[in-house]
Amino acid sequence: MRYIRPLSIEDAVGELAKAVGPAAILAGGSDLLVRMKGGFIEPELIVDIKAIGGLADITETADGFRIGAAVPCAVLGENKALRKAWPGVVEAANLIGSKQVQGRCTITGNLCNASPAADSVPALAAAGARAVVAGPSGKRTIAVEAVPTGPGRTSLAKGEIIEAILLDKRPDHAGDAYLRFIPRTEMDIAVVSAGVNLTLDEKGAIKTARVALGAAAPTVLLVEEAGQVLVGSKLDEATLERLAKICSGACRPIDDKRGTIEFRRKVAGVLAQRAATTAYKRAGGK
Amino acid sequence: MNFDPRYSGRNFSSVGTRPIRPDGIDKVTGRARYGADFNMAGQLVGRVLRSPHAHALIKSIDTSKAEKLAGVKAVITAKDLPDLTDGDAAMYDILDNSMARKKALYDGHAVAAVAAIDARTARQALKLIEVDYEVLPHVTDVDEAAQHHAPLINDQVFTEGLEEKPAKPSNVTKRTQFGHGDVHKGFAQADFVIERSFKTEQTHQGYIEPHACVASVNPDGTADLWVCTQGHFVYRQHCAQLLGLEASKLRVTSSEIGGGFGGKTHVWAEPVALALSRKAGRPVKLVMTRDEVFRASGPTSATSIDVKIGAKKDGTITAAEATLRYSCGPYPGSWAEIGAMTAFACYKLENVKTVGYEVLVNRPKTAAYRAPSAPMAAFAVESVVDELAKELGMDAVEFRIKNAAQEGTRSSYGPVYGPIGIGPTLEAVKSHPHMKAPLKANQGRGMACGFWFNFGGQTCTDLNIGMDGTVSLAVGTVDVGGSRASLSLVAAEELGIDYSQVKAVVADTSSLGYNDMTDGSRGTFSSSMATISAARNAIKILKDRAAQMWDIPVEDVTWEKGHAIAKGEKYGNLSPLSLKDIAAASGKTGGPIAGHSELVADGAGVSFATHICDVEVDPETGSTRVIRYTVVQDAGKAVHPTYVEGQYQGGAAQGIGWALNEEYIYGKDGRLQNPGFLDYRIPVCSDLPMIDTQILEIPNPNHPYGVRGVGETSIVPPLAAIANAVSNAVGVRMTHIPMSPPRILAALDAEREG
Repeated sequence: MRYIRPLSIEDAVGELAKAVGPAAILAGGSDLLVRMKGGFIEPELIVDIKAIGGLADITETADGFRIGAAVPCAVLGENKALRKAWPGVVEAANLIGSKQVQGRCTITGNLCNASPAADSVPALAAAGARAVVAGPSGKRTIAVEAVPTGPGRTSLAKGEIIEAILLDKRPDHAGDAYLRFIPRTEMDIAVVSAGVNLTLDEKGAIKTARVALGAAAPTVLLVEEAGQVLVGSKLDEATLERLAKICSGACRPIDDKRGTIEFRRKVAGVLAQRAATTAYKRAGGK
Repeated sequence: MNFDPRYSGRNFSSVGTRPIRPDGIDKVTGRARYGADFNMAGQLVGRVLRSPHAHALIKSIDTSKAEKLAGVKAVITAKDLPDLTDGDAAMYDILDNSMARKKALYDGHAVAAVAAIDARTARQALKLIEVDYEVLPHVTDVDEAAQHHAPLINDQVFTEGLEEKPAKPSNVTKRTQFGHGDVHKGFAQADFVIERSFKTEQTHQGYIEPHACVASVNPDGTADLWVCTQGHFVYRQHCAQLLGLEASKLRVTSSEIGGGFGGKTHVWAEPVALALSRKAGRPVKLVMTRDEVFRASGPTSATSIDVKIGAKKDGTITAAEATLRYSCGPYPGSWAEIGAMTAFACYKLENVKTVGYEVLVNRPKTAAYRAPSAPMAAFAVESVVDELAKELGMDAVEFRIKNAAQEGTRSSYGPVYGPIGIGPTLEAVKSHPHMKAPLKANQGRGMACGFWFNFGGQTCTDLNIGMDGTVSLAVGTVDVGGSRASLSLVAAEELGIDYSQVKAVVADTSSLGYNDMTDGSRGTFSSSMATISAARNAIKILKDRAAQMWDIPVEDVTWEKGHAIAKGEKYGNLSPLSLKDIAAASGKTGGPIAGHSELVADGAGVSFATHICDVEVDPETGSTRVIRYTVVQDAGKAVHPTYVEGQYQGGAAQGIGWALNEEYIYGKDGRLQNPGFLDYRIPVCSDLPMIDTQILEIPNPNHPYGVRGVGETSIVPPLAAIANAVSNAVGVRMTHIPMSPPRILAALDAEREG
């Protein structure tokens, strides 16, 4: 096994592109090292991206935020501006694993691990986040929900690395929220989850809305119909009922060790309602 | 030996105090040596190949490729562990469980093992071992396994305990029955009868430290084993028998233990490590991964239990009956039998009958788990008791007080009780402020009782007095719950010296006579009895030496508060001699001073507890949080109350995990789906409230200080107490443990849909 720590994204891409055997990208390592220790993968090349310039930084730009691929989730929680603008994304990132794990793990890693239960991904999808992909043929920017294609699989080609996640600048009267269901209080994996992102008009009615569900299908589920049903409402009870029904209906879950189909369907609706209520309050809705 | 174990009602000066633990600094600094912390020069890494099949015939195993891999020093299969059990069926099962002989009987069953120069080589070698399996139909569910058409796990098993030997083999190995009176007559007298069926899923003890050992076998037939265990003397006996070693030539040293809870009473990896070392001619270290611990070390039984109880309008129980089916893994056990014995032990019953069925399944061999079998039986019985109280319109505590067993009651499993604590724990609960605290919406309160026998057993202890007057106490019961502190307190008490003058150690098997394991809540009970006996023997010598020093007859010397006193006015000018004075002179008065004791500690007093629990259930998700919890339990005499409280809290914490989320989940393929702490959900710290405790002390008449075992009873009531609380919170009777959110939500939905 070869471990390298390149200083530029070009070098990292070059090494990955020419790798012959299985190769892995190392940022926090909270998925990779566990999988290696468990004997599930034995990479021949490990590319540590933490020394690449800019990848460990959160930058506030005119358009919003650029979160480098090697920024630990705990650092998201320490960034006041990001927390104020995207509280739902930050709370999702700060639910992953434990305090110790949050000091290492990254939202880009969470996205690329492509687990249907990834905590930060529904919040990012609801937020309309985009991923900046560097590869042998240059850079491209794609929606985060276009990254995972199935459990453990992504749309990234050989040699490609996500170098940053982009979040838009927030208008006034905007709010997002993320909720997951776990049987314990922490250190657990989402049985089902929901992220909701809203903006309101001057009168307090919902202007735009995005709803995403986690652990409800093989990949994160952006439920457009759920967003549409919220638009124009002030989150009255009938709207919340319809939201729950649409979310439950949109789920394509499985029965597994973490939960049943019926449970996931039902609780997806409940969490969407609760996340919408929190996002609405955060946006200033009453 | 003239040791009088009877309770004497003395006043205590050391016992009952709370000194800091002697093993504390080592543990908090990381210096304490656990099973995997021992190393030897030249040691190899051992690893085990495990069956991926729940049930399969092993047609052949080809190890030739693995043997050729550079760095591999030994590869073993069952052939390297020949059957030396000489018709001892229980030992044969232990042997077969350590390394499958003809069939792999569960996912995770060991089939071969390697010793190599490093972990990577050992892992590679495992991949090179070719096992030709013929996969057989399997069964993992206790109820399915008991059916006539179920796949047979062992075609030589014909149910024992039936009036006639059955014509066909089955997975039901044994039927046992307990009780007295006539339940038919009793039910006929009842005004109300409640009958329900319950299930509990299989759980693991969940000790944080995985099984680990280092084995070193010499060509001259001597061997050493360093191991994490609850009973190194028992491990020595078993390993010596399985390997064909002489017991006295196998020296077993126990490490510090990161939890056992009954799960470290059984050898799994140790015979394999010894066989690898014997073949390789080098020491071998074998440490189980967490995955292996779950798949191949002892979980408790999964159960299916039917309970029927009848009572008169005035609240008198007229009859009680239970049928209990417990899974044993693929080898016969007596788990349902214990469940059948404990089920109704809290109550005074005229007519009672319990029947237990032991059931084989393709799961790991069931091992003891803290008051083994009792929590599940208590869950089923205490649920019905609660429901019956409601039906009668009686308070749940009052109903239990009315029917509680007392001194002189003939227990449901046979013996007549001496002084017992069930009544006092119920009275304490009745007047506890927890019972009167207000509840909010979606919250519910439950309470339940629990019983455990407690064991005694063979015990051997040495007490040596140093020339500086300090005392070293060598005990043979592994310290799993703070017994070194407790036993030091007992030695200090009996000798009349300060706790700080005593240092207790757990001696290895070559330094002390045989000791049974630390199980059955016997560690402090039995070893304190042996320590008292050893101290009394040492005092005899101390008095003798004092008599020599004074040149007076020994009959005129008494021992008080750590000093020899010369009796009578004629010795009025002799100052008392302290233990330290006598020890300092010992070289000139006859040499070292020591007290020895070997005994069978009989008369372990039975133990009872009553727990109170408040929960809050989210009706939309089925999520349950335990918001308040109180344990009331009889300790006989709490030697070190902080440790006793720790045992109470620990049992409640494990019970909370079991009640709400912990379970073995098998796929249709018979493979364990959740062999890790991520998906086998033991509670994390933030899942638990502060667990309040109340120690009652109803002295055990069969122990000089009145001590009873305290370690296990605390896990008996929680499943029932939490089930009663959840049922009261949601208004639906919960009958399946764990009450995981999907199960609670499904029960609520079923109720809403009527």
